[in-house]
Amino acid sequence: MITFSKQQLKIPQLQRPVYLVTAGQSKFDRAFPDKRTEELCIDAFTMAAHLLDMSPAELKKYIHTCYYGHFADHFGDQLLGESVIHDRLGLDPLGNVGVKTGGATGGSTLWEGLKAVASGYSDCVLVMGWERMDEVPTDEGNFLISCAADKDWEAPLGHIYTGYYAVMAQRYWQIFGKSEDSFRRTLAEISVKHHGYARFNPFAQSPMKITVEDVLKSPVVAYPLRALDCCLMSVGAACTILCDEDTALKLTKNSKNKPLRIWVAAGSHTLRPADRRDMDIPLLPNETADQYKDLGKRFPGGDRYPGFTGFLAARMAAYYGYGMAGIADPMEDLDVIELHDAFTISDVQTYEDIGLRPYGYGRDYVESGDCYHINPHTGKPGKLPSNLSGGLIGCMHSVGATGIMQTFEIATHLWNRWEEFHGDEMLWKKFDRKKPKDWTNLQVVGAKRGMAISHAGVGSHVTSTILMDPDHLIKKDA
Amino acid sequence: MSTYGHVFVKNNQYKLKGAFHHLTPNTPIRNADDDWKLLGVTNPRDMTYIHSYGGEAVFFESLSKGKLLATRCDNTGCDSKGTIYIPFRIHCPDCLGKNRAIDLTDVAKKTARIHTFMVCERSGAFNMLDKPIKFINIEFDGVATILMSYLSLGEPAFGMKVVPIFKTSGPTFTILDLSWVPEGTKKEQLPEGFSF
Repeated sequence: MITFSKQQLKIPQLQRPVYLVTAGQSKFDRAFPDKRTEELCIDAFTMAAHLLDMSPAELKKYIHTCYYGHFADHFGDQLLGESVIHDRLGLDPLGNVGVKTGGATGGSTLWEGLKAVASGYSDCVLVMGWERMDEVPTDEGNFLISCAADKDWEAPLGHIYTGYYAVMAQRYWQIFGKSEDSFRRTLAEISVKHHGYARFNPFAQSPMKITVEDVLKSPVVAYPLRALDCCLMSVGAACTILCDEDTALKLTKNSKNKPLRIWVAAGSHTLRPADRRDMDIPLLPNETADQYKDLGKRFPGGDRYPGFTGFLAARMAAYYGYGMAGIADPMEDLDVIELHDAFTISDVQTYEDIGLRPYGYGRDYVESGDCYHINPHTGKPGKLPSNLSGGLIGCMHSVGATGIMQTFEIATHLWNRWEEFHGDEMLWKKFDRKKPKDWTNLQVVGAKRGMAISHAGVGSHVTSTILMDPDHLIKKDA
Repeated sequence: MSTYGHVFVKNNQYKLKGAFHHLTPNTPIRNADDDWKLLGVTNPRDMTYIHSYGGEAVFFESLSKGKLLATRCDNTGCDSKGTIYIPFRIHCPDCLGKNRAIDLTDVAKKTARIHTFMVCERSGAFNMLDKPIKFINIEFDGVATILMSYLSLGEPAFGMKVVPIFKTSGPTFTILDLSWVPEGTKKEQLPEGFSF
């Protein structure tokens, strides 16, 4: 049984407010035979500068330290890739550091950048992430990804990460989904939604107009997960600039970007799901212990927490993040979210871990229509739209950039600039992609608060990145 | 010169024999849509790593002898005293004291059951198991953790009782030397090289 001390459960306190002022990203794709990684990073940085109506050279003058997220050295076959990018961005001799936490690398990189500004070490930092996953064929790629599992105990079992998630999917489906076909269809609906939203995102790698039946007929990878339940393997870069209040005001004086308050929190759990020991469910502000007393009766087998059905790391990232930002109920307090949909099943598991629904009822977030931009049942805006970028299933998963791409997406909604960046004909043309005739503006009208969840391994690291319009804070002293 | 690299240890130093890498030339990558202009090169590489199991070596050695080892924290000052771990943990995750290795073979034979499972149709490169791979996660009476492994015979199901089998003939000295079959499986049905 794991227990926590009072000190370990302390809500983190920033020494001063931190602001996100701009962000940028490259095109995302399965391969870029004609571009080096540094070219993609420079594309992202140039976009971030342009959003502030500045040149890259002008923006660079404000940067004091740099935080680089790049997970898999063995994919790009380059150790110290951070140093290569730092040099190519012309940022020497500033201090820089590389961050690696698997799929959560982007979120963890934001976490490091945030702490540098909050502590006063730097007034302005660059947070940049990328991944180069096209230097090997897909099956070798799956092997390299499986190296993020325990090399002696798990990786030799198939060398495929999807399999390590599928055992969780099977357990969740049988216990909380009660083996119902309707639950399997709900999972498929997530893929339809994310590939569908990717159609309106010029940066996205896998736009598809598909049906639930298409997902259910796609090839089995690791039963019950099929090809269209799985995230993409991608190449691309994303970045953001974080700073203190004075610098934020200077940097945004000629820009439509309003400085956004940012908080980032992190949690972790065992790399091997096998090592998970039982514990009581740590509660979020919108939950009570009573509501889980009879969980095992309602869902036989569901009382072993976190077992193979919950992500403790996500729960802890939400616990710390909500405490810092003053969020009492994410469904009420947030307007838009981006979740780490590595697989359709992990998307559902995360709804529960971060308190969008109680444990056991994650599917309702999809089935109610709350997760959509427009609720298909009511024709009205969804209560808390998720993954309007297309997420990891429809947009990209170039690992080190993913958490930053999600944050970029949230920021565009809060700036009320989503349409500008996703509807621009010139951008579609530049990326050699065809803007669909039924392109739809997915701007969440009036969005003031959002969150991105970045997630690694089978739940080994998770971060929550919370953004708010500073005129709509929940906790005034946050 | 042997085709494969081999290693042994003498005086706590690695002694290497054979070829640990094989040379393959680079080849150019050209653009078929643009007059076959150069875009890059392939970088072939075939190398052998030298990996120590450290304090877990006894676990992998024991599989080849038909034994399943776990570990237990016996530190009387630890809140987790008596907790049994498999995967084998060298140190207790709470007090960080050295755990005691214990033989879990009989417990596994009597109480192992499937906690969850999946059937894997695809694999990454370098996979050595036949597909489809039937991944199973196994729980045991009195053990705090849930081991991941694979089922060699039959179809997995929740709660299904299984027993361990060991590759005692021609072992690989990896986790693949441990597999599971449904309770009641006959000796003659076991895959080649495996025994109860």
